[in-house]
Amino acid sequence: MANVALDPHAAVVSTASGGPAALTSADGTPLARALARSQRRARRRAFLLVLPLLAFILITFVVPIGQMLQRSFYNAGFSANMPQVSAWFAETERGTDPDDAAWAALAADLTAAAEARTVAMVGTRINYDLSGTRSLFTSTGRALRGGIEPPYRENLLEIDQKWGDPQLWSVMREASRPVTANFYLAAVDRARDAEGNIVQVDERQRVYTMLFGRTFWLSLVITALTFVLGFPIAHLLATLPLRKSNLLMILVLLPFWTSLLVRTTSWMVLLQQQGVVNDLLVWTGIIGASGRLQMIYNQTGTIIAMTHILLPFMILPLYSVMRTINPSYVRAARSLGASSWTAFRRVYFPQTLPGLGAGALLVFILAVGYYITPALVGGSSGQLISNMIAMHMTSTLNWSLAAALAALLLAAVLVLYWVYDRMVGIDNLKLG
Amino acid sequence: MKTTLILSTALSGLAFAATAQEVNVVSWGGAYETSQVEAYNKPFTAETGIRVNMIAADNPATPLKAQVEAGNVTGDVFDVEVSDAIRLCDEGALMEIDPAMLPAAPDGTPAVDDFVPGALQDCAVANIVWGTVISYNTTKFEGEMPQTAADFFDTETFPGKRGLPRNPKRTLYLALIADGVPAAEIYDVLGTDEGVDRAFAKLDTIKNDVVWWEAGAQPVQLLADGEVSMTTVYNGRVFDAMVAENQPFEIIWDGQYMDMDMFVIPKDAPNLDAAVEYLKFATDTQRLADQARYIAYGPARQSSASLVGLYQDGVTEMAPHMPTSPEALENAVMDDPEFWADRDAEMVERFNAWLASS
Repeated sequence: MANVALDPHAAVVSTASGGPAALTSADGTPLARALARSQRRARRRAFLLVLPLLAFILITFVVPIGQMLQRSFYNAGFSANMPQVSAWFAETERGTDPDDAAWAALAADLTAAAEARTVAMVGTRINYDLSGTRSLFTSTGRALRGGIEPPYRENLLEIDQKWGDPQLWSVMREASRPVTANFYLAAVDRARDAEGNIVQVDERQRVYTMLFGRTFWLSLVITALTFVLGFPIAHLLATLPLRKSNLLMILVLLPFWTSLLVRTTSWMVLLQQQGVVNDLLVWTGIIGASGRLQMIYNQTGTIIAMTHILLPFMILPLYSVMRTINPSYVRAARSLGASSWTAFRRVYFPQTLPGLGAGALLVFILAVGYYITPALVGGSSGQLISNMIAMHMTSTLNWSLAAALAALLLAAVLVLYWVYDRMVGIDNLKLG
Repeated sequence: MKTTLILSTALSGLAFAATAQEVNVVSWGGAYETSQVEAYNKPFTAETGIRVNMIAADNPATPLKAQVEAGNVTGDVFDVEVSDAIRLCDEGALMEIDPAMLPAAPDGTPAVDDFVPGALQDCAVANIVWGTVISYNTTKFEGEMPQTAADFFDTETFPGKRGLPRNPKRTLYLALIADGVPAAEIYDVLGTDEGVDRAFAKLDTIKNDVVWWEAGAQPVQLLADGEVSMTTVYNGRVFDAMVAENQPFEIIWDGQYMDMDMFVIPKDAPNLDAAVEYLKFATDTQRLADQARYIAYGPARQSSASLVGLYQDGVTEMAPHMPTSPEALENAVMDDPEFWADRDAEMVERFNAWLASS
């Protein structure tokens, strides 16, 4: 059937009147439909072939990232475990003082949570917004295991005075709705005060906006440096005879194949104050023994180590584009009277732009999310936003804030990608 | 082939008959696991006939949580960190342990008084104590050597860079100790805004001389390379450097920060009775002292200290290297998981903002 439909000769049919008629295949079905059917089959087969990859990407990439992003605005740690007091919050206006019903609901929820052993989760959620309250919930939970008698307000206040804190009630009201923007506020150094207004956090706590700024600035510097260092190397690789360029290529790729940790540690050995570079400078008398340079455990260290590590990501796309540039264009420009600089600027360089764009985008996006190198060689001034994300993932366990920070980072990268597309055009990207 | 089959069937039948007499212990692997096998498991099996299956995990709290959530608990005893022990206990995953059932010290002191403070939690019993201590490179100073936490902050008398971990938990307490706050009052002071300000003010005095480290192997390397003259470091790591590599390091025990590892038993442990037996046996005075033969972690019982002998190399006296020796305990700060569960996020933000400001 499929063979018939695909047989081109079968389609050459015309009506007796000689005028144009709907083309049909040998068995009389209109050709368009037969073609569509056979193509559908091919498409289905192609789809089945990519299905494993699709499932793999869906399971290992889309779903986890989606879940992570969901955490950044959805946290049911309080609302799911404290249903009665959450219902009270839903019925009353912001700013309502807790009445007897509220205290009774709170006592009932706390007792139930203590029984179900979920009170620590509730405390953890509240602690995200009001530091120092997790232990209030756990200790109250322990005290409530034997149950609680009315009057609830007095008895709860007797367990801990902090239950009367209006700030705590305001934060509980915020947390009683599982969908919240608070984690995004925290990620840009903002918080809500007792009245629910968005305010900047205490100056001594502001850290995320500064780190975002530093991350993008350092990533830009690193991208620029990889370009300055990588462009001549890529050009050399592309113009040398194949045997020599292969040898050079191995030199470029060798560090690429070496473990990231080994490379980072080697930089420590080289750059530290008692390290090889400083020893050499002192030995040659360029600096005095007391004036050893601080080149690592600060921003300089982060920039040097990351530039080295990311260099191949700039060189390889540039190289692959440069290899395809026909040398006769530059020769033609020269023969028409262009100086070597003009020939480079107006003829050669524009042709390398697709590789440069790809390399810059790769290096920048990798640098923005870099984590282990700044953690090890960054000292105090070379930390990036990813180090805070890692900290919240592994140490403070505030995954919602980590997710919000990561989402902002992702959004910023997508915006840059869009800007790049508008300015240069993504079609001009050439990865190899 | 047939014989093998019959034999193995018979053997597995035997093994099956013995399952009533076994206990599954999940621990951290490596040298630490070896020390537990030598000090606890072998004598335990010899005495009770109960076989011990040692299972290694990156962090035993992870499989414990997974097993409890899946409703299929296969481990009987887990070796976890204090914060995890308390968290899992709060979540109701663990069996509560009555300290009265633990054996008393040889001199009759009940377990409650024998264990170091904080070693007995509602659902957990500590086995070892490890410390974050100050260590210095003896070749970096002439004449007088540093002796106190205050000397760590005195870069005029004791020149050179200082190594500190880049987190608030293991730096703020040291600043307060150096500023004259007694170890017992650290958390009271740190719980107030003025106290935190005071700690940061003290850190300000050496801010430009600090090399911040991240991973546990870094401070030893910084000290060995002469990059810093003094650093805080995990006591097991610096012990290895001093004993195994003969590095010219010394330890200052003043103001050490103590952490513990704890044994816990999940509620639905398959061999509950054997697990309880194991826990009682492993945390008695002699076993805890024996473990120090194999690793430089301190026994969680005070009565074990006098029984600690030589390191397995046969020449190194272990007692002075124990984080639980009387000298080490004199001005020691015990980790307070409850305090840090409350304050960690806030302190981390403030600490990083402080780092970034010049």
